[in-house]
Amino acid sequence: MSFILKMAWRDSRASRRRLVLFSFSVVLGIAALVAIGSLGTNLERAIDGQAKELLGADLIVTGRQPPSADAQRYLGALGGKMAREISFSSMAVFPGAPGQTRLVNVRGLEGEFPFFGEFVTDPPTAVAQLRAGGEVAVVEETLLRQYNTKVGEMVKLGETQYRVVGALQKIPGESSAISATVAPRVFVPRATLEAAGLAAKNVLMRYRTMLELPPAHAPEAVEADMRRQFRAERMGYDTVAERKRELGRALENIQGFLTLVGFIALFLGAIGIASAIHVYVQQKITTVAVLRCLGASAWQGFAVYLVQGLALGVLGAILGAALGLAVQFSLPPFLKDVLPINVEFFIAWPAVIGGMVAGLVICLLFTMLPLLAVRRVSPLVALRSAYAEAAPATDPWRIAIGVFIVVAVFGFSIWQTARLRDGVGFALALIVGFLVLAGLARLVSAGARRLSSRRSGRWSPGRLPYVVRQGVANLHRPNNRTVLLLVSLGLGTFLMLTLFLTRTTLLGEIALTSGKDRPNLLFFDIQDDQLDGLTKLSAAKGSPVLVHAPIVTMRIASVRGRKVEDLLRTAAVDSEGPRSDGDPRRDGRIAGWTLRREYRSTYRGRLEGSEKVVQGEFTGRVVPGTAVVPISVEQGLFNEMGLNLGDEIEWDVQGVPIRTRVTSVRTVEWRRLEPNFFVLFPEGVIEAAPKFHVAAVRATTTEASAALQRAVVDAYPSITAIDLALVMQTVDGIFSKVAFVIQFMALFTVVTGVIVLAGAVMTGRFQRIRETVLLRTLGASRRQLLQIQMVEYAILGVLASVVGGGLAVIANGLLAQFVFRISPSASPVVLLVGVVSVCAVTLVTGLLANRGIATHPPLEVLRQET
Amino acid sequence: MSEQTMLKVERLTKTYGGAGGRSLTVLKEVSFELGAGATLAIVGPSGSGKTTLLGLCAGLDRPSSGGVALAGESIGGMSEDARARVRNDHVGFVFQNFQLVPTLTALENVLVPVELRGQGGPEAEEEARGLLTRVGLQERFDHYPIQLSGGEQQRVALARAFMNRPKILFCDEPTGNLDDDTAAAMVELIFGLNRERGTTLVLVTHNLELARRCERILRLKGGAVVSDELRLAAHETH
Repeated sequence: MSFILKMAWRDSRASRRRLVLFSFSVVLGIAALVAIGSLGTNLERAIDGQAKELLGADLIVTGRQPPSADAQRYLGALGGKMAREISFSSMAVFPGAPGQTRLVNVRGLEGEFPFFGEFVTDPPTAVAQLRAGGEVAVVEETLLRQYNTKVGEMVKLGETQYRVVGALQKIPGESSAISATVAPRVFVPRATLEAAGLAAKNVLMRYRTMLELPPAHAPEAVEADMRRQFRAERMGYDTVAERKRELGRALENIQGFLTLVGFIALFLGAIGIASAIHVYVQQKITTVAVLRCLGASAWQGFAVYLVQGLALGVLGAILGAALGLAVQFSLPPFLKDVLPINVEFFIAWPAVIGGMVAGLVICLLFTMLPLLAVRRVSPLVALRSAYAEAAPATDPWRIAIGVFIVVAVFGFSIWQTARLRDGVGFALALIVGFLVLAGLARLVSAGARRLSSRRSGRWSPGRLPYVVRQGVANLHRPNNRTVLLLVSLGLGTFLMLTLFLTRTTLLGEIALTSGKDRPNLLFFDIQDDQLDGLTKLSAAKGSPVLVHAPIVTMRIASVRGRKVEDLLRTAAVDSEGPRSDGDPRRDGRIAGWTLRREYRSTYRGRLEGSEKVVQGEFTGRVVPGTAVVPISVEQGLFNEMGLNLGDEIEWDVQGVPIRTRVTSVRTVEWRRLEPNFFVLFPEGVIEAAPKFHVAAVRATTTEASAALQRAVVDAYPSITAIDLALVMQTVDGIFSKVAFVIQFMALFTVVTGVIVLAGAVMTGRFQRIRETVLLRTLGASRRQLLQIQMVEYAILGVLASVVGGGLAVIANGLLAQFVFRISPSASPVVLLVGVVSVCAVTLVTGLLANRGIATHPPLEVLRQET
Repeated sequence: MSEQTMLKVERLTKTYGGAGGRSLTVLKEVSFELGAGATLAIVGPSGSGKTTLLGLCAGLDRPSSGGVALAGESIGGMSEDARARVRNDHVGFVFQNFQLVPTLTALENVLVPVELRGQGGPEAEEEARGLLTRVGLQERFDHYPIQLSGGEQQRVALARAFMNRPKILFCDEPTGNLDDDTAAAMVELIFGLNRERGTTLVLVTHNLELARRCERILRLKGGAVVSDELRLAAHETH
């Protein structure tokens, strides 16, 4: 053993810098795994430690109506603390920013919520002022900044002016980044809402009752009891345990995804190491043969280099862990606003060691692939350098390691995504990408050989300049770097561009909805008597109403003759929420949410452009008094409810029962900023029901949009507006925050690609140096040598980036179709910038790593052994 | 010549499979025996099978047929690792192109055979220094091969060859890459050490003058022995 260690150390003397460079290939991959793993543990610990702060209460009961008197009595009898809240959307006007309006989420709060965790405001006294009552408001901090409004100034909600007493920084259970961008929160005392005249006219209200329960009452038990006793009230319940589960699941998904991105970096680095070791071993064959002559066994020869491989893996793991921890501690400022809890950042050693071990194992497996060749080096090589023993066609160890790597990739992917389909998809994408690029590399090598061949016809080598011929020849001659560079650069480009293209696809989809004639401003909560006025006002402002729809709120009373209450009680209902994976049926069970929810339906005589009938026939009008009304149901809902054409549904339209029959199924483009509906009634049935309206307009400019919103808020304070520009800004904002983290991790992959490239070029440098010297001796100029290198790296850079880009376009298409279910859009600019950047990086790295090669003194090189 | 047989070669044949199923026999039915302390030169034109014969005798390759016994051990049927052990126990090598490990110093190169046995230590180091001093490299212990001339590198190789006190020394064109003066000095060293340590010597050479210093000359042509000349007075002529 001591010989192996001694020999490994001594033999590495001339190559330590190179070996350290090889180890850098896996540093970033390991760093990514360590950072994400450790961060994940921090989050888990934070979720466990602050479980109650996730909700701020033991139990929260939510409904579209206030709890009934019975329910209120029940809640009061529980004996704990209670707080109540009414919330709805409204427009806020900021005197500090004249004429500016903004959709906000108004929260009328009564009581001492939160019971756990902190209600953080600036100044801190604002919470007490809010609880004391009066026309005071605690406003989202970002909103105050945006509208240049300070504490002490006024904000107008509806007809009432509120004095801003503080800026809202954090409230338990809510993520400030997301709340602040979607609908910034404005907390006011609940009692003042009546005076503001907002609550009365608003239809989309949400009532929450927050409870701190005495120890005798377990939240889950209270929830179960209330579900049984007050089923008809269709209330939602939130407990700490439930919130913890949801948050844990969401974070696990994100962590799994990021780990996979890090894994790609590790995989790429490992390929780089394998390739570098392959070249390294080629250079060590004579040494191994001499050792064999002197009596070293095959195992001893192999072990000497395995120790070196292990050492560089350990070095990579240590450096990777250090970098990973540095990354972990630099991320909190970016994550602070996104996370709904306070996270204490600490080093999670098990995660660090896990990342290091994973990195080391992958590194070792990939190192062993080329190292196995050492076992077969014949001592005869010492006698005859040209001796090549006929290698057996298959090496069982090689096959075993190859299979182990493939199994490890699939296993790791499935483990991290926690879903078989996604894990297999990811591993397949990675392996297919690898195989496509490796296949391309073989083709390029063969093509280069053909091009350089004396026998090639039309493309006779004589027609190409000498430097081009040499550059092309470099792609196929022995020990070429073609496969490695195409695979590492191609995979790096593939991943990075996929992320960029997915971003443009998502944003492009939203931009598409704002196409030339599409509405970009949506007004809702319009009362019957306000519709004409609003239509006129919009027209006068140059933005006429394009689409308007009456909305009637209703609930399902029975399906196929069975009462909702009965259905909810039986196993015929699946209590899970809507399924995102498009699972069309739940084994014949009805999704619970479809029965509990309040429907906002409309009536129309025709279909809109965003709708298409896929089953049955649409009926646009019926004669008044029709006993069973034909309705059209949206396809997703149709599937979730397990309906069939002809099924009967009875609706409770604000106290009036209406029998309907499903006679058509529609697909709806929900993404369009237009009023879209689950259920469409024909004309002639529900016109008389209490209703409100939504109207969609197209404002030609941002100024026109702002002017119209201002005018509408002035005239009709209860009408609220959604501006598409704001939605886009919100989506982009959220995506940017998430994308930052994703792209930060993806950057690891790209930098790994560059390190692998530099390593490959450096390794090639040692091989090429003799050839270069020979060319110089024969009279080649430095300029010619440089041009030869440029031709080689330019070809590799262009091919890797173009193929990587092509794979990214395919991946983006598949993600868009199967994950996001939208049309993919591949931005030519993003692609072009990506391709050009990769080419430039390849060329620059190649030339930098080769610098000085042409100025090397020939004598020194010719005497050099390695 | 000693009574003990150090190397016994019996009907040794080596055939390589060629392209298109055609095979090439490079060594045909070669047989000879060599006693302890004897010196043998294998000569012949290029392609006559000299190096192949040396490789087979030293256990670097397996014969297609026939057998080799080295220091009483039949190595024909041994695994490569078992032959490696035999080499480490009984054999020393000197190659035409020196074959020093480029990343080891002169001293470390000499130490490799004993360190492979796990016997490296102050005593071994002392012996290695002694051997290097014996070949005139007392100022070059810590030099790397690249810092040594061809002759110096070959002297390090010779010191390394004697480090494990081999019973038999195989030399493949030991002076092939050296100028005349250096070659002459090298030959003196090889034979001097051989005499001092009683080692059996097998050398492959084109150099007839060098061959004539051996007690026995085996001439090969086309893979077969064409003459086996015994020169009893070889030592005394020099």
